[in-house]
Amino acid sequence: MIGRRGLIGAGLTGGAGLLLPGCDRINASPAVRSVLAQGERWSMGAQRLVSDRAALAPEYALADRSPFFRPNGNRMPSSADYARHLEGGFADWRLVVDGLVRRPLSLSMEHLRALPRRSQVTRHDCVEGWSAIGQWIGVPLRLLLNAAGVSSRAVYAVFHCADDFRGVPYYESVDMVDAFHPQTMLAYGLNGRPLPVANGAPLRLRVERQLGYKQAKYVHRVELVETLANIGAGRGGYWEDVADYQWYAGI
Amino acid sequence: MTGNTPEAAAAAGELVYRQRLPVRLWHWANAVSVVVLLMSGLMIFNAHPRLYWGGYGANWDHAWLQIGARGTSGFLRVGPVEIPTTGLLGYANGQGYAFPSWATIPSSYNLADARTWHFFFAWGLVLPGVAYWIWSVARGHLRRDLLPSRAEVRPRALWRDVKRHAQLRFHEGDDARRYNVLQKLSYLLVIFGALPLAALTGMTMSPGLNAAWPWLLDLFGGRQSARSLHFIAASVIAAFILVHLLMVVLAGPWNELRSILTGWYRVPRDPDTGERA
Repeated sequence: MIGRRGLIGAGLTGGAGLLLPGCDRINASPAVRSVLAQGERWSMGAQRLVSDRAALAPEYALADRSPFFRPNGNRMPSSADYARHLEGGFADWRLVVDGLVRRPLSLSMEHLRALPRRSQVTRHDCVEGWSAIGQWIGVPLRLLLNAAGVSSRAVYAVFHCADDFRGVPYYESVDMVDAFHPQTMLAYGLNGRPLPVANGAPLRLRVERQLGYKQAKYVHRVELVETLANIGAGRGGYWEDVADYQWYAGI
Repeated sequence: MTGNTPEAAAAAGELVYRQRLPVRLWHWANAVSVVVLLMSGLMIFNAHPRLYWGGYGANWDHAWLQIGARGTSGFLRVGPVEIPTTGLLGYANGQGYAFPSWATIPSSYNLADARTWHFFFAWGLVLPGVAYWIWSVARGHLRRDLLPSRAEVRPRALWRDVKRHAQLRFHEGDDARRYNVLQKLSYLLVIFGALPLAALTGMTMSPGLNAAWPWLLDLFGGRQSARSLHFIAASVIAAFILVHLLMVVLAGPWNELRSILTGWYRVPRDPDTGERA
């Protein structure tokens, strides 16, 4: 009996030793990766099935906010151009809305702040696992999209950013369901103050039903496109391109 | 089905049909999914090895549990209590991650890949699990095999089963055709407690599902509470697996494996003869 148990113990230990490199080989296999990637489509399909297009992310009371809203990723864009804008109080910052639109826009911060605004206290969930609750003030994206007249051929809104990681610019994208969602906005205020640089000044995306890496900061251009294939490495976002993060970040 | 009527006395050495096909199918689908979910979940935890209560929680907020390292010294802190865990948690094999590489999928730090594995196999937990639940209730498996009788949960009967476990006497004579009461209770705890808790708290962490089903956040007291409960449920499941495997080995691994693979279980010989199958 002891002999048998000993054998099993040895078998399990040896098995674990073989299993680990085996697991990593399985993880590296393109066939396995393409099968596992189906999970993202199932998650998105199932979530879209049970959610109304306009179902709102939970909103909180001001008292529920995090004492400190943790910034993440780039906290200070490195370009000389951005430094100049920061020094000038973003007076010359332009937001361009172009691509598959009938009337391309180029708007100043002053113009954006004069448009109807929305304020929402929402939870920001980082893909790493932490959450912070803060109050955002900004212009609903759908106001800008309606003003620009989005073509029926447009499938994605792409957000081009002024920050980069080692020369590779940050960008993100959402589909039309999230682009026209009532809570989706370009925010210029956080917790009653102008948006801090670390959190994406002067403009950042809030797409409240998805994780933090979708919330592009330092946004200077919204481009409407039919396909993501021609932007970056074609996966729809910086982290999607460089590290295989899921494009749909609702989970 | 041989010996499936409790009235029939089981002869020692006789094969009885103990595990029906849906139980066996669900057991193995669930076993594979749970192992992948636990190991990829540890990798996801490594991305932010701190747990909080409430709606928000990040580095400046109070964490009730933290796994970390100071230099090359790993530690686990729960509330005010901190214990050194170098070599196992916080710091192991020259790397400062909460859980060591032998316990995670993939073995080297990769949050994106861990999430891909986790969310694929989450379906492998939920779909077979729900099918098994429905079958268990509809076909009487729950009532007949899992729910203890009133007699079984009397303190004296429970104590008797505890003593028998302590003596490593699990299945004897006619009892061999049924689960014993501690076995039933632990299976119920996992099947109707820890597994659905893990699934629901997992769904509560999804910002997309929060918009569809905001009541999940109310149920678990906020996203960071749900994350803590998710970790606790996973710990219960991991502890169950360790005890479960130990019991399989102690109760006679070949006989137990045959019954969960083929359904057939050989009734152990009478303990008084000193022999066990």
